[in-house]
Amino acid sequence: MKAITLTALLAMAVSNPAHAGSDALLQQYAQQGASTPSAQRGQDMWQQTFAGSGEFSERSCASCHTNDLSRAGKHVKTGKAIKPMSPLVNAERLSDDRKVEKWLLRNCKWTLGRECSPQEKADFLAYIKTAEMI
Amino acid sequence: MKSTLAISAIIFTVGILTLPVVFSDNSFEWRQGEGHESDVANASHPLYTEECGSCHMAYPPGLLSSVSWTAVMNGLDDHFGDNAELDAQTHKAISEFLTASSADNSHYSRSRKFMRGIDANSPPLRISETPYFKRKHDEVPAKVFIGNSKLSSFSQCNSCHQGAQKGIFDDDDVRIPGYGRWDD
Repeated sequence: MKAITLTALLAMAVSNPAHAGSDALLQQYAQQGASTPSAQRGQDMWQQTFAGSGEFSERSCASCHTNDLSRAGKHVKTGKAIKPMSPLVNAERLSDDRKVEKWLLRNCKWTLGRECSPQEKADFLAYIKTAEMI
Repeated sequence: MKSTLAISAIIFTVGILTLPVVFSDNSFEWRQGEGHESDVANASHPLYTEECGSCHMAYPPGLLSSVSWTAVMNGLDDHFGDNAELDAQTHKAISEFLTASSADNSHYSRSRKFMRGIDANSPPLRISETPYFKRKHDEVPAKVFIGNSKLSSFSQCNSCHQGAQKGIFDDDDVRIPGYGRWDD
């Protein structure tokens, strides 16, 4: 099963060389037990609202990034502008695995109140990579 | 007579030049440095700019004491309600930069003012909680914030202080959005 997933991921990497940056991460998540990433699941979770505490009782990815990944966002607390998340309009996105992992760790903890599973992270990446195509 | 004057001048000059060196032993006094000294050092570090500046203005380190910076860096998993965790290596590099460039390790005059009244046992975590900041902003009327969508709090120095990112906080450099030049 894992071999099939890996093959599928590798096929994606070959067919989509423009966004090859995060493919090593997707392989890593697959090795950690994630099945084939789903952009739809990633989008659903992106738009889901989670209960938070204190100043921000409702939290979602969209709190800072909006629901349109091709648009600039705004940090919900500091007001600082955040460049678009979609690599289709912002080539820097998903180009540095360390950054991707750092932000997924920080932002899952803030938004969901916990770390994301390898499957959830894989789904998010699939969504971010293809956001405009859904 | 002339030679006495000359000797006095030499003694005076040597005395002046060594003064900062003498004081540099005490980290809560001031240290010898370079550049213009009237405001806050324009210190920067690529990791600091990237890691901290991605969510908020990368505040000039000379606005807080080293004890404050240490306290801030030790609480990054709950950074004013946000998660700002760093890996160990990055954490160490940024901590060292902030400490070395902190208000108590700066010779800049405004940094020294920011050290006034700081309680090392209970250091402020926000620049806006320092006694000097409060005193300098107590005359800013609430009306500049009310209904002003461009201003939400004191946290974005550069909303009003045009040269904040360069360490310039002179009154003449203040433009309040929706309000204009600041005259006190």
